[in-house]
Amino acid sequence: MTQQAPPPAGQRVIDIQGIRKAFGANAVLEEVDLSLEAGEVLALLGPNGAGKTTLVKILATLLRPSSGGGRVTGFDLLKEPERIRRQVGILAHGSYVYEDLTAQENLRFWATMAGLPADAGALQKALAAVDLESVAGERARTFSSGMKRRLALARILLGAPRLLLLDEPYAGLDQRGKKWLEEVLLDFRGKGGAVLMATHSFGRGLSIADRVAILAGGRIVLNRPRASLDLEELHRLYALATEDGG
Amino acid sequence: MSFARRAWIVLWKDLLTERRSKESLNALFFFAVLLLFLFEFALGPDRERLTAALPGLLWLGFILAGLLGLGRTFLVERENDCWEGLLLTPGDKGAIYLGKLAVNFLLMATVAIVLLGLFGIFYNVDLWGSLAPLAVVIVLGTVGLASVGTLFGAMTSQVRARELLFPLLLLPVQVPVLLGTVKATEAVLQGLALSEVAHWLKLLAAADLVYLVVGLLTFEFVLEA
Repeated sequence: MTQQAPPPAGQRVIDIQGIRKAFGANAVLEEVDLSLEAGEVLALLGPNGAGKTTLVKILATLLRPSSGGGRVTGFDLLKEPERIRRQVGILAHGSYVYEDLTAQENLRFWATMAGLPADAGALQKALAAVDLESVAGERARTFSSGMKRRLALARILLGAPRLLLLDEPYAGLDQRGKKWLEEVLLDFRGKGGAVLMATHSFGRGLSIADRVAILAGGRIVLNRPRASLDLEELHRLYALATEDGG
Repeated sequence: MSFARRAWIVLWKDLLTERRSKESLNALFFFAVLLLFLFEFALGPDRERLTAALPGLLWLGFILAGLLGLGRTFLVERENDCWEGLLLTPGDKGAIYLGKLAVNFLLMATVAIVLLGLFGIFYNVDLWGSLAPLAVVIVLGTVGLASVGTLFGAMTSQVRARELLFPLLLLPVQVPVLLGTVKATEAVLQGLALSEVAHWLKLLAAADLVYLVVGLLTFEFVLEA
C-alpha cells in the first residue's frame, strides 16, 4: 500500500479563503474562510440547506467554487485537483457502493482504480478493520445502510488519506456503529490525519471535535475551539446564528 | 498505475454486474425478438422483398437495440453516487471510457450474434457462407456504435431528459456507420468479396478511429461536467 507520511503537526491541511459558490442566481456559499490543521477534528454544524455539502464537495474537488480559492492538503484547490484527490477521503451521502458486487469485490474495484494493491490479504485486512470480514463474500445489496457506510469507510482508509471529509457520517449507523466510527476517527486523528465532519445534529461528533464551526446562510458565523464552548453555550450560539442567517 | 489495468477492472466490474443482474442482456434479447416479429408483420411474407431489405433491417434492429443498451451504460454509476467516486479516482479517465466501451462492445456483439441467428432462422437466409466477412463488418460497425454510444451515454446519464437526448445525439453521428455497414452487409450477403466493398470498410474504419480518439480525449471533460 502506498502509505502517505502523516503531515507534521500544525501543518495546515485546509486553508481556503473567500470561497463563494452560486448555482445560477442562488448563492449557496458566501466568502467562506476556513482552516484546519493536521491532527485536528473540525465539526462543521449548520441547518439543512446551509451549504455544508457544497463546501465538502468543493474541498473534495467535486465542485469548483465560483470565486475564491486556497489550498487543500498543501495543493492548490483550483489548479491541482488531481493531487488533492490522492490525499483526501470523502464519505458523502452516497456510499459509492455497487449493489451487485460483494464487499470484497467493491474494495478490489476501488483499490485498483486508485492504484492501490488489491490482493486478497490487503482487502481482508481493510474489511476486518471495519468489522465486515465475515460478510466479505456477500453482495452489498443485502447490507444495511450502516454496513454500506462501513464499507465506504474501508474504501477510504485503504487509500491512507491525510484528510477525511465526512458529510453526516453518523447517519444510518446504530449506537454500536457510532461508537465504532468515533474510535476509528480518534485513531485517524492520533496518526496525524485531519477530519472535517459536516453535520446538522449535535450528536456524537462533537465529543471528538477539537474545533466547532457553524455555517449558516452560506457563511461561517462561528469558528472556535471546542474546549472554549460548553454544550449549552453552543446550543445558544447555534440557535442565534441559524435564526439570523440560516 | 497502468491505464490497461484500470480499463480492465471497469470491464470486469460491469460484466460481473451484468452477469448477476442480467438487466441489459435479457431486455435486449426480447427487444430483438420483438423487432423481428414487427419487421415480419410490416413487410409481409414476400421472401424476396425481405431478403432485399435484410441488410437495412439487420442494422436498424442493431442500432435500435443499441439505443436501448448503450443508454444504460452509466446508469449503474448513479446508484449510491458511484459516479462521484469515479470522478475522484486519480489518473487518466480515458481508462474508464475504454473499460465501458469494451463492455458495450461485448454487449452489442452478443446482440448482433443473436440478431443474426434469428434473422437466419426467421427469414430462412443461409448466412453460413458469409459469416467471416459479416463478422468483419459487424466488428467495425459495433466499434463505431459503441464508441459514440459510450461517450453520449456518459453525457446524458446525468440529465433528466436522457431517454430523449441520447437518440437525438447518437443517431445523426451514426449516419456514416449505418451507411457503411448496410452497404457492406448488402454486398457480403450477395456473395461479393470484401475487397469489392473496401471503400465502405475504409469509411467504417476511419469513423471508428475518429470516434474512438474523440471519446478518449473528451471523456474526462464529460465526466467532470
